[in-house]
This record gives sequence, structure tokens and C-alpha cells, in this order.
Amino acid sequence: MPPSIISETVKNQAVKLNAASDVVMIRQAVRALAVEIGMNLVDQTKIITAASELARNAVIHGGGGDATLEIVRDAANRLGLRLSFEDRGPGIADIQRAMTDGYTTGTGLGLGLGGARRLSSEFHIQSAPEQGTKVTILKWKG
Amino acid sequence: MDRIPILKMGECLLVSIQVDMDDDLALALRDSLTSRIVQDKARGVLIDISSLDIVDSFIGRMLANIAAMAKILDAQTVLVGMRPSVAMTLVELGLSLPGIQTALNVDRGLKLLHCSPQGESSAAKHH
Ligand SMILES: Nc1ncnc2c1ncn2[C@@H]1O[C@H](COP(=O)(O)OP(=O)(O)OP(=O)(O)O)[C@@H](O)[C@H]1O
Ligand SMILES: [Mg+2]
Repeated sequence: MPPSIISETVKNQAVKLNAASDVVMIRQAVRALAVEIGMNLVDQTKIITAASELARNAVIHGGGGDATLEIVRDAANRLGLRLSFEDRGPGIADIQRAMTDGYTTGTGLGLGLGGARRLSSEFHIQSAPEQGTKVTILKWKG
Repeated sequence: MDRIPILKMGECLLVSIQVDMDDDLALALRDSLTSRIVQDKARGVLIDISSLDIVDSFIGRMLANIAAMAKILDAQTVLVGMRPSVAMTLVELGLSLPGIQTALNVDRGLKLLHCSPQGESSAAKHH
């Protein structure tokens, strides 16, 4: 599926990702935005969970970074949330492998990246060794 | 962030998670529950997650860890009150929580564990 064309950013919020407590902050901030656009409960839960995974990855694997949370609108007036998580950490050499369920270089379950992709409408990852990592997800309302 | 209270009822330990836990708090809960199982010679552990609006891979892993540790210590764990939206999300995340018994609500969970609801509380017993 080609990426959606976003015609407008309705709201834009930046959150620092440095510590475990920032992962909770992200969850709360994403919940507030999802409620603001009237996203249904199941989609809210999915996007908050995906955000929690990606924020934790940026803190744990990426050594901290920044999140950008946006309410966006497409040409058909559809509202959605676009969330990006960027760090300047070690980056990922083999993205395909990192996306595979069960693959982890840490002590986790290796479900974060694959899970975040399944829980989102759109998923984009940009990463290279020594270049850091940026993951962007988008979820449309309804 | 404050610790999560662990209550004793008969031979069971009850925990109701009411806050959005960061990873450190989830780890602390796992560790204190594990030591309380030994200290209180608990046979059952009931964890009420009806207040949680998300369970991600870390919290899910902690819940699975608690159940696994409890099992080694000869105690049974029942997870109660998972919201339908959380259950749907967990499936899509790929987290199946193997080995964790679930029940719809606290009453059913207590029945499963055979903890008597009239049992003494830890406060009444120890002090
Ligand atoms: N921001 C990042 N920077 C560097 N490496 C990353 C980043 N995000 C993910 N990775 C790499 O990809 C692997 C898979 O990530 P994923 O989130 O799927 O699993 P995990 O974090 O290891 O475990 P889980 O998320 O299930 O607790 C990680 O172990 C890590 O090696
Ligand atoms: Mg992860």
C-alpha cells in the first residue's frame, strides 16, 4: 500500500524520550490525542500500545531520543495520528531481521517492532548502523 | 512512583494494578510479589488488571514472569479483568501469555484459587 497523502497537520507535539518514565508519558500523551480525535477504544488501545513499544525501543536500544506526535488529516478529511520516534543510537544493521517476531538483541521478547507494525495502519522504519533509528507509524480513525 | 500494594486473603495474595506502570515499577512488583509468595506461604496469586487500558510487551512479560516464578514456588496465578480491547491488542502484538490462567472478574478468580473472601487480611494478621 502506498503511504497516505497527508494534507494537513492539525496538531503537533514533541516529547523527549530519555527514561522509562517517558514511556509512560508517551502513552498518556497518545491517549489524549486519540481521545481528542474520537478514535474508538480498540484503535486507541492499539496505537497506545504500538507507541509504548517504539518509545521503549528508542530509550533502551537507541539510548534516548525524541518523539513527535501529530494529529493529521488527509484530503478526504479523515483524521489520524502520526507518531514518530527518533534516536541517534547505534542503528539497526539488518532491519528485516529486527522486524522478525522473536528476534531480540536484548532481554525482551522481540515483539516490539513487528507488533507495532501490525497495530498500525502504516509503518515506516529508517535506520542504519551509527545513523540512529527513526520509526514512524500512522493510524487512521475508523 | 509508589509501590503497588499487595494484600493477603487467606492463602492468596491479591494485587490490583491501578496505575500506568513504568518498567521499573513493573519489575518491582514482580520482585516483591515473588518474595511475598515465600514470606506468606501463598498458594494463589490474583492480579486484577481491570484498570489497565494497555498491556504492552514489557508489562506482558512481567505478568508472565510472575506466573512462572509463582509456579516454581508452588503457587497458582490468575489474571482477572483484562479488557476486551487489551486482549485484542495483545493478540495482534503477538503476546499469548502462555501459562497464565485468566478469569473474567475477581469473584471468579478467587473461586478458581480457592481463596476464601472472608479470610484475614495481612494487616490483621501481622500486627
Ligand atoms: N531504536 C532502536 N535502535 C537500535 N536497535 C533497535 C531499535 N529498535 C529495535 N532495535 C533492534 O531490533 C530488535 C528487535 O526490536 P523489538 O522491539 O522487536 O524487540 P525487543 O525490543 O528486543 O523486545 P520487546 O520489544 O519484545 O521487549 C532489538 O532487540 C534491537 O536489536
Ligand atoms: Mg522492543
